[in-house]
Amino acid sequence: MSAVSLTNIVKRFGKVTAVHRMSMDISDGSFVTLLGPSGCGKTTTLRMIAGLLDPTEGDITIKGNRINDVPIHKRNLGLVFQNYALFPHKTVAENVAFGLKYRSVSKADAQKKVRDALELVQLPHVGDRYPKELSGGQQQRIALARAIVIEPDVLLLDEPLSALDANLREDMRVELKRIQHQIGVTTVFVTHDQSEALAMSDKLVVMSNGVVEQVGAPEEVYNTPASEFVARFLGTSNILDGRCTGLDGSTVALDVNGIGPIQVPRDRAPHLSAEGSAKLVLRAEKLIVASSNAPKDDRIDLTGSVEAVDYQGQAARYFLRIGDHRLQAINMIDDHPFAEGETVSLRFRPRDCAALPET
Amino acid sequence: MGIEARERRQPWILLAPALTSVTLLLFVPLAFIVVYSFWLRTATGADQVGFYLDNWQEALGDPFYRDILFSTLRIAAITTVVCAVMGYPAAYFIARSRGNKAILLLMLMLPFWISYIIRTMSWINILGVSGALNWLLQTLGIINEPIQMLYNETTVILGLVHFLLPFMILNVYVALEGIDISLEDAACSLGSTRWQSFLEVTLPLSLPGLAAGGLLCFVLSAGTYITPLVLGGPRDAMFANLVFEAVITQLNWPLGSALSLMLLAILGGLVLIYNHFLGMGQLMKGLG
Repeated sequence: MSAVSLTNIVKRFGKVTAVHRMSMDISDGSFVTLLGPSGCGKTTTLRMIAGLLDPTEGDITIKGNRINDVPIHKRNLGLVFQNYALFPHKTVAENVAFGLKYRSVSKADAQKKVRDALELVQLPHVGDRYPKELSGGQQQRIALARAIVIEPDVLLLDEPLSALDANLREDMRVELKRIQHQIGVTTVFVTHDQSEALAMSDKLVVMSNGVVEQVGAPEEVYNTPASEFVARFLGTSNILDGRCTGLDGSTVALDVNGIGPIQVPRDRAPHLSAEGSAKLVLRAEKLIVASSNAPKDDRIDLTGSVEAVDYQGQAARYFLRIGDHRLQAINMIDDHPFAEGETVSLRFRPRDCAALPET
Repeated sequence: MGIEARERRQPWILLAPALTSVTLLLFVPLAFIVVYSFWLRTATGADQVGFYLDNWQEALGDPFYRDILFSTLRIAAITTVVCAVMGYPAAYFIARSRGNKAILLLMLMLPFWISYIIRTMSWINILGVSGALNWLLQTLGIINEPIQMLYNETTVILGLVHFLLPFMILNVYVALEGIDISLEDAACSLGSTRWQSFLEVTLPLSLPGLAAGGLLCFVLSAGTYITPLVLGGPRDAMFANLVFEAVITQLNWPLGSALSLMLLAILGGLVLIYNHFLGMGQLMKGLG
């Protein structure tokens, strides 16, 4: 049975449709991420699950029970906000114990649960302090402790890491995943940060303009994007127009404008079902820039020139030109990056490409 | 002169005009009043210079003054409570409303464009014997003779609430604006009802604003003399009316000085207590 299930959810604010006919099932104990740019409806969806917004249409069930009409305080959900939302006038221990007051938990039990929760987030000694005496990362851990101490059916995380600075964010990412794994709580995580989404999720739900673009495991979504939007939103992609000239059980034949025929494995084009207009997706890190006199190999080899270089330390992002095409490549740097204006050989393997139908 | 020395001086140069005027217009006259309060008014009407405690003995000892002091504090307390009870929900509504906040705040400020005295006197046109309310009741045939509604303690409190409510609303509003709206959502998600979240989270966090508004209402109403003059009866004099009476009517400046210093001491004491517990910052926020 799904822990959370949304069926044909629609949310309209006046004339604006924020979420359109959204359906998804979240299996028990999994970590699901709603990913998309701001305004895509991901936070609206989370707030509907939380009970902070009413869906205009559709059903939300938690553990098989329809909860559309259950008020927020009876839903037994753990909610963590971007800005922590800790009660500034209560100590850390009082904050964590807050939800236990409304559950029949004895005082001794409550104290033990609070201790355990603080232990779990690795802040066992801050119970007597006030939130403002803690750093941002610590406050976010306390917010997490407060949400999980009530043993919620579902943990809802609304961009919980985006207020933290970059290094801390990556630490918290690992930490959050560890805690989720340890207590096994079903988690819905909202973010606009693709690296968070890819690193943490069992399942990704990519949204755009209130519509689900693709659902799948991170690797699946990254490797076989279902739409141009997903291909562009996750990672850096070169998307080239062309035609599908034939497809069978194992390969898809494409004729890519300005490049020529390419055979892409069938499993990299699961969304392509017929001949006609199609697009080739070539990830920037799969396009290798090589010196023009490097020995040939089995890869497709094109000649182009470097228009601009964005030096990033261990890697470089190249802005390249082949004929009329502008492409991007992100390569690890071996020795020195290629220079602007240099003529280079651009290589890639067809099996690293994905193909999309024209939408 | 070095840069640091100049920087140290700069605040004082900027403050100089304000400090000068406060000193000349507030502290110097106040010192006069202190000195006056120890002089003595003789039977001939002349003030006798010296150090006499007679005014202080009269001000502190006469039950007439004490009774009016107590009723002044009572009226101020009732006004403050009424303002708090009426003002809090209004402030909450404004703070939580979306979009039209500016218009609501403008409406709150509108009364300040009309003189306080005129606003107070407007009640005579509403509640007076030939006022709007009596006219309405007579026209509807509910009463035959006009009712005397004005000139009692209730109308004094009514006038004070009318005057002071915006101050309370503004102070509470500012406090509520500073509270993150997701705190209540967080509390609800943890199992408390909307009302419980309000009591547990929003109300305690807005108390400094409520206290600041309360202090303003109390101090301003305890020191008022126009409202009881316009809307009160002969027995509804408040303490400031006694000062007015002594100074303007009896020309007894020494006694008036002692009485006004008494009121100043009590209200000043209140402000000090407030400052001790909550600090002046909140009050400044509400006024700004």
